[in-house]
Amino acid sequence: MSATFLGMPGNLSKNTDFPKNAAKAVQNSQLRFNLRKATHTIRGKRAAVVSELPDWQDLRAAGRAIKDHTLRHLDRYLLQLEEAVTARGGHVHWARDAAEANRIVTDLVKATGEREVVKVKSMATQEIGLNEHLAAHGITAYETDLAELIVQLGHDFPSHILVPAIHRNRAEIREIFLREMPGAPEGLTDEPRALAEAARLHLRERFLKAKVAVSGANFMIAETGTMVVLESEGNGRMCLSLPETLISVVGIEKLLPAWHDLEVFLQLLPRSSTGERMNPYTSMWTGSVEGQDFHLVLLDNGRTRVLADEVGRQALRCIRCSACLNVCPVYERAGGHAYGSVYPGPIGAILTPQLRGMGSELDASLPYASSLCGACYEVCPVAIDIPQVLVDLRAKAPHGLAERAGMRAAWWLFAREGRLAAAQRLAARLRRLIPRRLPGPLGAWTDTRDVPDIPRQSFRDWWKESGS
Amino acid sequence: MNARQEILARIRRAVAGAPEVEIPRGYRTHVTLEDPVGRFAERVGDYRAVVHVVPAAEVPGRLAELVAGRRMAAPEGLPWLEAVRGAAAELILDGPGLSVAELDRVDGVVTGCAVAVAETGTIVLDERQGRRALTLVPDYHLCVVQAAQIVASVPEALARLTPTSPLTWVSGPSATSDIELDRVEGVHGPRTLEVVISA
Amino acid sequence: MRVALFVTCVNDTLFPGTGRAVVSLLRRLGCEVDFPLAQTCCGQMHLNTGYREEAVRLARRFAGVFAGYDAVVAPSGSCAAMVREQYPRLIGRDFPAVHDLSEFLIDVLEVEDVGAYFPHRVTYHPTCHSLRGLHLGDRPTRLLRKVRGLELVPLPGAEECCGFGGTFAVKNPAVSAAMCADKVRNVLGTGAEVLCAADNSCLMHIGGTLRRQRTGVRVMHLAEILEATE
Repeated sequence: MSATFLGMPGNLSKNTDFPKNAAKAVQNSQLRFNLRKATHTIRGKRAAVVSELPDWQDLRAAGRAIKDHTLRHLDRYLLQLEEAVTARGGHVHWARDAAEANRIVTDLVKATGEREVVKVKSMATQEIGLNEHLAAHGITAYETDLAELIVQLGHDFPSHILVPAIHRNRAEIREIFLREMPGAPEGLTDEPRALAEAARLHLRERFLKAKVAVSGANFMIAETGTMVVLESEGNGRMCLSLPETLISVVGIEKLLPAWHDLEVFLQLLPRSSTGERMNPYTSMWTGSVEGQDFHLVLLDNGRTRVLADEVGRQALRCIRCSACLNVCPVYERAGGHAYGSVYPGPIGAILTPQLRGMGSELDASLPYASSLCGACYEVCPVAIDIPQVLVDLRAKAPHGLAERAGMRAAWWLFAREGRLAAAQRLAARLRRLIPRRLPGPLGAWTDTRDVPDIPRQSFRDWWKESGS
Repeated sequence: MNARQEILARIRRAVAGAPEVEIPRGYRTHVTLEDPVGRFAERVGDYRAVVHVVPAAEVPGRLAELVAGRRMAAPEGLPWLEAVRGAAAELILDGPGLSVAELDRVDGVVTGCAVAVAETGTIVLDERQGRRALTLVPDYHLCVVQAAQIVASVPEALARLTPTSPLTWVSGPSATSDIELDRVEGVHGPRTLEVVISA
Repeated sequence: MRVALFVTCVNDTLFPGTGRAVVSLLRRLGCEVDFPLAQTCCGQMHLNTGYREEAVRLARRFAGVFAGYDAVVAPSGSCAAMVREQYPRLIGRDFPAVHDLSEFLIDVLEVEDVGAYFPHRVTYHPTCHSLRGLHLGDRPTRLLRKVRGLELVPLPGAEECCGFGGTFAVKNPAVSAAMCADKVRNVLGTGAEVLCAADNSCLMHIGGTLRRQRTGVRVMHLAEILEATE
């Protein structure tokens, strides 16, 4: 399996795994507090606007099926999209992997003669590490989404798909702005309104001067060649409509067959994502509009490998809403950085190991970063059965020797009732000898919990003696 | 093989033998509302936009009041141009010669819309409302929505739109929830959205 | 009515009292209860830890042991969900219907008042697999409300996972413990004497923490409360 680059620096993913990362994160009380507050707020908002729609489950079933149908015929729909975009004056490029996509974008920017680009928040460009690649070629990429700006100015990494700076609170953001933002207003307070205003002033000149923009897209319509971007702040509109050149890097799974399919996804996405009936701004454009030079870079980067997996391919339905992150009790405690990928939370736990393989300790530990509580599946607007994919990935993950031996022994006991009964009797005889702290990996249990008392008699022995 | 051929070949290999999928469309494609105008006004208001519901004949007068003394921009062909021109301190019409820098100097923009969605409080702008910059750069957007342009739901709105026209769906003023998920109105797009519903 | 009890390996080995309570309760309600001695484990631990082959073999064994029974009752939402949700993927459709205890009482026996008496303040934790796997809904609390003397107090954040998750508890101990800490805080906030659930594995986790912290709050399986009489 070839390595797929997923936009997180190597040092975050070497010699560590999810449990170790998470163990550090749960000690950080500020992080715990920030995450708890944010995820609980958005959970409530989502639940309220979802309950407004009497046909939510119908929309969800349609969303799931439209995505599955599109993936089944992805080749045909991609060709249709290419034809439609080209017919309206756009240029379509195909990229097998991150390196190819980065090369295409860099060459396109260089051809304009510009050294600066403005960016709309995009998971695909984060995934391929575009900003770092552009920087290596002397091109500066400015993130314009407020949270991305906070992350970029803080020399930090995103920890949430929708709200990349969710791990930062207002006081921390104020400090980052005062330290890193040229011309940050003196006397800047930590009021969200004041911080947003500072970002507005900081970015306004840049928007008005920008010649080249780079974006992703939430949806692409095969039938019409239309690109769709949902956003809140207006930075997306600034980037998409003002510059002379627009380059959109989009994963091949972002496709929908027909214009009217948007009627499903424009209802599912905002309500699942920000918990709003509709996000403030959605931009739709087809090919080259208002004289703009438009380039679409279609990105594979491991997606076709995921598509080949019968169980795992449902992860490609994902519309990056983050509802699964916001309800996940593990994400809420571990935070996004513990996942070591631009895709954190439950969706990351199934997407990252599939895109990147399970060659590293970190990636092999991701399918286990879940208690299988099922909250993610319940809120997923395209019904990705995340617990099922996790369990399937666990069967493919490498297992340690000790664990294999233990599991094998347990199976051996369960394979014959006589063996189980004998083991139960042995345990009952040794019941007084069970230490308060268990040795080995089971010590993880007794670090925080008592072990239950071993009964004198198993149920089956009671039944034989007096039950039947 | 070039990248295009290779990706297509990978896809075909990956989905070979995968089952066909039926798409169930049991969701509502048409919604009947008792008072679409009222619902639209309420939902736009929820986004903290300013909403006026006025009889059609009073629209020019109301627009005149709202733009009085302001430097405004507008698309050509706006039905209420004369009223705006008469009251605004200055009126600039959209056109290829209008630069972003000039737009940045006006106080606001007045437009109509292509369609509006009652359930979500959304206004959709198409090319008849001018180039996209027109409704983006000025800090104040005054939008006239005619009652007949209001549909109940998202599916009904999509059916009325032309995909090849650049479209902007606007639901309230620009906003961010990036700081502790605390919603703040007014970031890069117009910080004030005022809607006049012509009933 | 003749029902087979699938007691589950955890209850068989560690919590035989729960199995005895199910037998006593079902007999009180007029059922003839059988315990096929060849039963061992449904295979959930193996499947969820990534040992699919072993799980398949245990699932086949389960299907053979319980073949021919009209109804199988399990005092575990988690193991019942394993059979119902996962077996079709593992071994096809050829296995008997398994009911969680509260489903069996309400849907099959159609009884809510089981004649129990338990004069204590109780809070109920709907475990994840009961809630989102089996969709037990309010069945357990309907049963609890009919118990004489019992004061049922709502558990804040009830639908949130306690952090057990099988081997998750030892593979990700820090997160598991953090989740349990919040669950315990919510339990203590109710002022309940007893925390009740339909899964002893989750109760072992929460109860182990409650005991380590010397809170004095007991954990009890739903069956044990429903079995209690004056």
